[in-house]
Formats: sequence, structure tokens, C-alpha cells
Amino acid sequence: MADTPLLRLRGVTKAYPAVLANDAVDLDVMPGEIHAVLGENGAGKSTLVKIIYGSVRPDAGTVEWRGQQVDMQSPLKARDLGIGMVFQHFSLFETLTAAENISLAVPGSIAELSERIRAASAQFGLDVEPDSRVQAMTVGERQRIEILRCILQEPKLIIMDEPTSVLPPQGIAKLFETLRRLASEGIGIIFISHKLDEIKALCDTATVMRGGRVVGVVDAKVEDARSLTRLMIGRDIAAPSHAAQRGDGHAVLEAAGLNYTPLDPFAPALKDISLTLRSGQITGIAGVSGNGQDALTRALAGEILQGPQDAGTIALDGVALGADTPDQRREKGLHFVPEERLGRGAVPIHTLSENAGLTTHHAGLVNWGMVKLGKRRALAQETIDAMDVRCGGPDATAQSLSGGNLQKFIVGRELALRPKVLIASQPTWGVDVGAAAAIRQKLIDLRDEGAAILIVSEEIEEIFEICDTIQVMFRGRLSPPVQVQTTSIDDVGLAMAGDFDALALKECAHV
Amino acid sequence: MDVLIFIVSGTLAAATALIFAAMGELVAEKSGVLNLGIEGMMATGAAMGFVALSLSGSYTVGFLAAAVLGCLLSMIHAVLTLVFRADQTASGLAIGILGLGLSSAIGKRYEGRTVEGLPELDFGPLSDIPIIGPMFFQQDIMVYLSIVLIFVTWYVVTRTKLGLVIRAIGESPENAHALGLKVRLVRAGCVGFGGAMAGIGGAYMSTAYTPLWAEGMIAGRGWIVVALTVFGTWIVPRVAFGAYLFGSMSLLELSIQAFGWNIPSQAMSVMPYVVTIIMLAVISRNLAFIRLNSPASLGAVLKIS
Repeated sequence: MADTPLLRLRGVTKAYPAVLANDAVDLDVMPGEIHAVLGENGAGKSTLVKIIYGSVRPDAGTVEWRGQQVDMQSPLKARDLGIGMVFQHFSLFETLTAAENISLAVPGSIAELSERIRAASAQFGLDVEPDSRVQAMTVGERQRIEILRCILQEPKLIIMDEPTSVLPPQGIAKLFETLRRLASEGIGIIFISHKLDEIKALCDTATVMRGGRVVGVVDAKVEDARSLTRLMIGRDIAAPSHAAQRGDGHAVLEAAGLNYTPLDPFAPALKDISLTLRSGQITGIAGVSGNGQDALTRALAGEILQGPQDAGTIALDGVALGADTPDQRREKGLHFVPEERLGRGAVPIHTLSENAGLTTHHAGLVNWGMVKLGKRRALAQETIDAMDVRCGGPDATAQSLSGGNLQKFIVGRELALRPKVLIASQPTWGVDVGAAAAIRQKLIDLRDEGAAILIVSEEIEEIFEICDTIQVMFRGRLSPPVQVQTTSIDDVGLAMAGDFDALALKECAHV
Repeated sequence: MDVLIFIVSGTLAAATALIFAAMGELVAEKSGVLNLGIEGMMATGAAMGFVALSLSGSYTVGFLAAAVLGCLLSMIHAVLTLVFRADQTASGLAIGILGLGLSSAIGKRYEGRTVEGLPELDFGPLSDIPIIGPMFFQQDIMVYLSIVLIFVTWYVVTRTKLGLVIRAIGESPENAHALGLKVRLVRAGCVGFGGAMAGIGGAYMSTAYTPLWAEGMIAGRGWIVVALTVFGTWIVPRVAFGAYLFGSMSLLELSIQAFGWNIPSQAMSVMPYVVTIIMLAVISRNLAFIRLNSPASLGAVLKIS
């Protein structure tokens, strides 16, 4: 019995028009095993998971469930067999309560389910209030509901797609505890991730994917981070050089007393935000997404304008620019790289050279209202060369580029204008490891030239890697800044859960 | 007092067609499908109901025929938007125009003819109570059925598992699909229900409210239904309130004309539309409330495989 895998994939292949997403993939998951599927973004992990869960049909290959070959034709079929899935970007319904959400997948009346939910929350340490609406919940709470919903379906196999990307560090430890408990009851778990330390801490076996193929099946406990990286990427990655702080450290951008109440009553408000960006420094804003980071970057970039009656001030080199549009702010040297590449950072169906012109038209690209096409094209080409963007040249459309390459282009487009201040929201989100390292190095280089930089990131490791000072955002408030050398990931994690004192104490102790 | 009786009893009758069509549209929209073809479906229902009643002499046959044809028309919309992923707005408009054409074709030989209107129910002594009797107990059966429909729709949408499934699919068909819910089937059912109700609403116009067939007799009521659903923020009691408000305004218009007040008739005829929309817009300003009740995927092309 123990020799029959719960799930066995053989030669699973799926081709999309431009890319072979899965190329003859084999995978075995035993009952009670926590099996990692490791790979960069674009390695084919998501496609593989979708095939197992029945939402994508493979072109070739077989899926066996407990020794029987099955045709996984829909998520319904997968669920009937006993496969549950916890999605990376949750599949909850915002306007419904926790119990209602769960009742859509688990039979029983709301009242019965509420009882079962309370019992299961206690058993697995997953704190969930059945009657509250998802809309008002933090991402951590949402994930707990998603996991509970999965558990209450009594699955034999749980697929977790990048479950830790939305959790503060303390939440991750708790999640791992839950997963181990589930595995000890004989449930198989497929754990998708690109974070090596997590896989080493949690998983038994790791299937490593690169470019749609399985490049190794290894014992996660035995391998070290270095050997896993090499398997995953195919080469070693140099850590970015992080020289001591340059520039004179004078305040370039100063925001004080920013308040903002969004129209959407469920979006977080900004509460009395004060922030100073200094020349030659990278400031990182840590925090679980949805705590007001989006409103803050919009306010700084000019997508939210300050009205005359608004209290706070935003000043660049001492001159107020709270009422300036994003375009006017760019002209004055304040540049912004938004989180969404397609649609906000670049127009998907436009060419790279057209996209370059969108934010750089002040740099002598326009003459009497006419765009200088040759110059714009040259500028796009320069950006492509400078950032090593892999693409079909300046005439390729933005949507034809991979996420990492488009992000390099967008960052490069702003860098070409020598910003005084650069605000980048999730600059390496969903970007492959190589491109992420390149982008981080470019940001550090810009800092060394004396620019003031603000990075908003959910990846706490990224913030510790490249930032000089850290501030944490929680429920619309911003913690005071701390020097990166004087704090620890644990303290920042506590602050991400709302305990700003954890940071402040350290700040005093080291002054 | 006579005027009051006239307005209250008239309002119930005037709102009935709207109630049927609006409850149907509300259910369809709650599942995430915008149906802009309501006007055409009501017109087709009106013509079909009238013809079927004329031929068979049975009101039941008349309303059933109208419901079936309205449902069939809406199924075209369902197939176009759910199977072929057509744009909901374009498909709805096209089917609305198709419905208007179909109605004039069906009713061509009956243009201007009349039938005997749907009789009032006999409640015995209740109907004889002064004031209350003529207001509430001298109506035809469809008026009472429309009130029952309000309660049933409200109960199903807010209190049952089916309603939960419909609301979930309306918020995110992708998530619903991933949970194994039958998105297309449920949506098709909701759209079909909407079409059938629009057909019945139309038939009520031609066989009970004004028992005659004339081309164009729906006169924009289908569009009012669409507006009622949106401005009523997809909440059953508010949509019903809007329908009765519209009904009472159109009655008020008649009474004022009866009083001989010197107000231009054009101004009077737009009043029900204007007042209804303003009232509903004013009571639905709470954004939090709207977000909780509006189907987030409304009008979006289905993205599931």
C-alpha cells in the first residue's frame, strides 16, 4: 500500500502557442509526503498544478490516482477524487461570509458548517470567524479560510500554490505546523514555491523544474540552498554588491501628515503618513499587501492628487508638489514604477518604443506637438541595451515580453531620465531570479549616483538585501524608519503584524 | 378618496409587468449576465401572449406561450455570451432588436384588436370592504402572483443555497468554476428565468393591463426594468419599490390630466421615468452597500475554459 503513490504523473506535456510549458513531466507523490515543486517563475509549475487540478488538459501524458489512470477533465472531477487546492491568489468570494464561502464547496447548512469550522479552526490552529465577511479580512485570514475550506472537503491530496507569499514570517511558521499535522494524518501535500529555505524547512522531496522540464528529484533535507539554486536556475547567482551609503543624505522628498480615505470603503485609508526619502538611500516599505501601500505609492506618484483642503504636504527639494499630476512630477524628477506591468506600467498592445515615449516625452522627444519617432526609437533601443531586455527590438509589443523582461524595460525607461526620486512598487514581483537580480543591481547603482529610492515590497528578504532603511506599513499607518543593520527579519515580521514597538525599541537601543 | 383608490389600485396593476420582468432581470444580473434585450423580450411576450390568448381563449396558454418564447429568445443570449463568449452588451442589444421585430411579425394580423382583459379575482366580502377592498382586493391574479414573486425571489437569492451559488457565480465565475460549480448551467438557468419573466411581464401588458395588441406598446418599460435593477442596487425590495414608484407616477400623471391641470403632457409623460431614476439614485448612494450587492462580474466576458 505504501508503495502505491497517491498521484503519479508520467510524461505530462502541455504546449502553448509560444512556449512548451510542460515537457514530459513525471511526478510521484506518496501519502503523507510533503512534496515540493520548485522552480523559477515561468518554469511550468503553475501549468503542472492546473493539469493536476483539472483546469488545464494536457496534450500528452498520463495521470494516475492511487494506481488508477484517470482523465482529470475538470476541477469538479479532481475534487471528487479528493484533490484540494489552495490558490495563490485566493478563490474566495469577497461579498460572502467565511461560512458561506466554505459552504459552496462543502455540503451542509451554514449552521452545521459554522460548528465544523469552529472545531477545525481549533484543531489546526487556523483562527477563522465563520460569520465575518471576506471583504474586511487580511490576507492571512483569507488564506486560513482557503485552507480550512480545503481541509473540510477531507482531501487526500492538497496542492498549495505559493502559499507563503502573502504571509508575515510568523504566519509562515504557523502554516508549516498545520501542514505537518495534515501530513501526519496521511494527506499528501504538493507545495509550490521558489523559496529555498522554506522548502528545506518543510518538505521531504523536491521536484525541481526549469523551462518546463523536471531537472531533478532530490531529497530536500540533504540538498543545500546553493545546490538547489544551481538546479533551479542552471547557474549561480551573484548577490548584488551593496556598498556603504553614498551621497550626502539630504532630504529629497518629504511627505508629512498624509491622510487619504479611498472611495472604496473596504480599501485601507492612509493615516497620518510621514516619510522622508534621502539622497543616496534606498528606503524599503515592508508589509503584507493591502495595508495601504497602494494608496501611498499613488499619492506619492500623483495618481491621487491632493486637494487644497487636504492637510498633508508632499515636497520635492522643499517645493510642494501635492497638486501636480504624475506627468508634472516626472518632469520634476520624481519617477514611479507601478506594480502592474501590463496596463499601468506599459500599454500591452503598444510597441516598446511607443511605451518608452509615454513617460519620457519631456526628454526632447516632442517638437511642436509632433513626436520625434527616430529619437523615441533610439531611446527605446538604448533602454533595451542598457537593461539587457530580451525582446524582438523596439517594435515588439509590450505584451510579447516575459514579465521579467518587460519589468527591466519599464525600470530602464525611468532610469534613462536620471530620476532624483524613484518609487518602485514590487519591482521584482513575478520576475525570474536572473532579472530580479539585474533590477536590484540597477536600483543600487542609481542610489550610488545620489538618487533617493523608495521600494515597496512584500518580499522581506528583498528589502533586507537592498535597502538602507526600513519602514513597515500596517492598516494605513507607517512605522518610523529603522536602519537595516540595526533590525532583524523577526522584528520587521512583528511590525508587519502591527507591533511597531518591536522596531522602535531597537531604534532606541542602537542610537 | 376616489383619487387615492384610483392611484393605489392602479399602481399595483401598472407595476405588475415591471415586477415580473425586473425580478427576472435581477436574477440574471445576480449571476453576472447583463441582459439588455428585455425590451424585445417583453414585446415578444406581449405579442405572443395576445395571439395565444386570442387563438385558445385561455389566459394560462397565453402566459405560458409568452414565457416560453421569452425564454427561447433569452437562450440565444445565453448561448452567445456563455458558449461563444460574445460581448454581453452587444448580444443583449441585438436580441432586443430581434425581439421587437419578432413581436411585430407575430402580432401583424392582430394589430389594433382587443381581447377581454384578465378578470379580477373574487375575494367575496373582502372586496366589499370600503377603500381597502377596491384598493387591494379587486385585482387580477397576476397582480397577486407578482407580489408572491417578489417574496420568492428575495428568499431564494438571499436565503438559499441556490441563491448563494448564483451570487458567487456573479461575483467571480472563475473562482466558482475552480470550486467545481457549474457556472454556465447556472447562468443559463438565470438568463432563461429572466427571459421567461420578461415574456410574462409583456403578456400582462397586452392581455390584462391594456387588453389589446399595438406595436410598440411596451414603450420603453424594458429599459426601465434594466434601470430599476441597477439603481435598485440588485436588492429585491428596492427594485420592487422602484417598480411601484414608477407605477404610481404613471397613475399620478393620469390623475393630474384628469384634474385638468395645465401642465404640458410631454412633461407629464417623462415624469415617471425621471422621478423613479432620481429616487433610486438618491437611495443607493452607499458605496459599501453597493459593493456588497452588485455582481462584480456583470457584463464581463466569461474567462473559464
